Amino acid sequence: MNQLSIPVLTDELMLPSLQPVRLIDETGTAAAGRTSKENYPLPEEQTLLRGYAQLVTGRRVNDQASALVRQGRMAVYPSSHGQEACQVAAAMCLADGDWLFPTYRDTVAVMARGVDPVQVMELLRGSWHSGYDPYEHNVATQSTPLATQLLHAVGVAHAAKLRGQDTVVLALCGDGASSEGDFHEALNFAAVFHLPVVFFVQNNEYAISVPLSQQSVAPSLAHKAIGYGMPGERVDGNDLAALLAVLGNVVQRARGGGGPSLVEAHTYRMQSHTNADDASRYRTEDEVRAWEPRDPLLRLRSYLLAANLLTDAEEGRIAADAEAVATVLRDGLNAEVTVDPQDLFRFVYSTPTPQLIEQAQLLAEELSREGATS
Amino acid sequence: MTTLSASPTAADPSVQTPPVTAAQAPAAAAGAAAAQQQSLTFAKALTLAMADSMAADDTVVIFGEDVGVLGGVFRITDGLTKRFGRERCFDTPLAESGIVGMAVGMAMNGMKPVVEMQFDAFAYPAFEQVVSHVAKMANRTKGKVRLPMVIRIPYAGGIGGVEHHCDSSEAYYVHTPGLTVLAPSTAADAYLMLRDAISSPDPVVFLEPKKLYFARENVDIDALRAAFESTAAATSIGRAVIAREGTDATLIAYGPSVPTALAAADAAAAEGRSLQVIDVRSLVPFDDETVCSAVRRTGRAVVIAEAPGFASVAAEIVARVQERCFHSLAAPLRRVTGFDIPYPAPKLEQHYLPGVDRILDVVDELQWEDQ
Ligand SMILES: Cc1ncc(C[n+]2csc(CCOP(=O)(O)OP(=O)(O)O)c2C)c(N)n1
Ligand SMILES: [Mg+2]
Repeated sequence: MNQLSIPVLTDELMLPSLQPVRLIDETGTAAAGRTSKENYPLPEEQTLLRGYAQLVTGRRVNDQASALVRQGRMAVYPSSHGQEACQVAAAMCLADGDWLFPTYRDTVAVMARGVDPVQVMELLRGSWHSGYDPYEHNVATQSTPLATQLLHAVGVAHAAKLRGQDTVVLALCGDGASSEGDFHEALNFAAVFHLPVVFFVQNNEYAISVPLSQQSVAPSLAHKAIGYGMPGERVDGNDLAALLAVLGNVVQRARGGGGPSLVEAHTYRMQSHTNADDASRYRTEDEVRAWEPRDPLLRLRSYLLAANLLTDAEEGRIAADAEAVATVLRDGLNAEVTVDPQDLFRFVYSTPTPQLIEQAQLLAEELSREGATS
Repeated sequence: MTTLSASPTAADPSVQTPPVTAAQAPAAAAGAAAAQQQSLTFAKALTLAMADSMAADDTVVIFGEDVGVLGGVFRITDGLTKRFGRERCFDTPLAESGIVGMAVGMAMNGMKPVVEMQFDAFAYPAFEQVVSHVAKMANRTKGKVRLPMVIRIPYAGGIGGVEHHCDSSEAYYVHTPGLTVLAPSTAADAYLMLRDAISSPDPVVFLEPKKLYFARENVDIDALRAAFESTAAATSIGRAVIAREGTDATLIAYGPSVPTALAAADAAAAEGRSLQVIDVRSLVPFDDETVCSAVRRTGRAVVIAEAPGFASVAAEIVARVQERCFHSLAAPLRRVTGFDIPYPAPKLEQHYLPGVDRILDVVDELQWEDQ
């Protein structure tokens, strides 16, 4: 392929910027990425406005889901509260046929790709392992075994390359997951086979209780990229504008045949790991509070207001849209879900084994006897 | 360093449960006065076992994911970093193969690592290290390099956990020669068996049934400590116990299935059938003698386990007992196990887990009419 637009992989390109790329600062003022190695332009106004609406929906989804856990409607919810800009950017930077490989924490990104909210929650409400069809929106199942999904992303990209598909794959993982062997294997494979994969690490400072300083002493996680021979970039993970610019850039590079990239977003897990965790055992309130002013919604809202892009009417409409999604979630999860015990046996093999047929029979008999006596 | 004197647990003595049965504690503890007993959870018994082992032996170190400041996601290592310092109980980067592989090296160099895998299914990245090195090192070196290490694994289901948090993975380990595999079912055994595991010169996979972590039991901890000290030679490793006496048939169970078997025996007693319950405890080495002599007395047996039944520990137990007790059997041995499917989502797990009704159905089918 003749890809004249793709720069040669120099050390400079592979090493991340000294500071995370930031286009809009905490006060909502455009900072125009001057500290970064590339001069990222600010995304278009309408894109930012659309993104803001998604942030508001994402926040509403996070808080609604956490409430549903408290009400006993869901078993568990790992919230991305505070990380919504990463979630929304991961979904927005992809084209229709592209693939997303999410983790348990990336529910908002999954929904932002168009997956039905109630189906997404089926895993966490405990009715099945994955409630949605990965092929419907090219969104893989949410992965819990850490970093394992990164290799699947590499495989989908490899097949796409061999089959001549114009597909980019974006794979999400956390800072902690970057310590797993599969993380290394995935980046190396993607680089060696020169595949269209974007590895997007949400560095939220914690892996459950373990802070980043005990996870890695590399200058940054994005610095790992050069060790594999791919570009690395770091970005302010609470700045949607910067995220869209940086991710847009690496997606475009991947689509143009420029190979994989590693992007590290600096963000913060504002809440406990899940509702089952008690973050006060390992971090201070002050530490958490220091991140509050850096909130991704506040910042973009200030910017849009100052630029006269966000009218009262517009804000009202955005809030109503978010509330509509929350209502869908509430209604869907408050309704009793029916589970069919025979589903236990239906999907393990393409054709149930003779043993499974026997076992399905046994369960059916038990249940019919129970039904008869109750 | 003090030996066995400090008691760091926060056991709540105000909560009293009925005294332990003979099956729930070794003879030494069972004979102790009720006044010396304290209510202890399975989880706290494990914490105490690690604390006592660390106090007794400087080379015992604990590490894994979130085991330090947090005290583990199940709080099993709670307080150990505070009491023994960050060098003795610490968090690692998030990598199970790294944790087990590093433990191998530390064990090669004079230490006794006790590592925690956060959940059953999250131990799989370490499988290569476990199978190719942990299990084989002694044999490969003709005994020159022994690995006195323990891999603790919170395991099995019944807690409403989502996928990857409820696997019964014991068959992978018992099928790997070189590993000792233990699965306690009571707080007293949790303490004693973990201490035995840490003292063992061989590597031990220590399976902790999650659903029992917060079960409370009255335990005389001083008597347990004394039992460990005095009977160190006769360890729990390789020894099954009779958890309940009975005469009509034998239920053979281990780990999370033992309380289920006991409940089934209670229910059967109400219907006039006397079921004996054996707690296998030690999957490898397996106690043929205790299990077979028990089955010979009743002539009927059912093996109960949560794991899928195909090519399982339950299958092995059935085969061994059948081979050894054929002429004492009045009926073929039966199994009540999990189905041969991936562990189900929380709303379906009740259909999967071996329960009292399913066990009693199978007991009813033990060819009683032939008597
Ligand atoms: C292989 C594996 N080991 C352990 C776990 C248990 N676990 C679930 S989330 C988590 C922390 C992950 O931290 P990070 O990658 O930073 O993602 P975050 O939760 O912060 O989004 C751990 C240890 C797991 N899911 N998979
Ligand atoms: Mg993290």
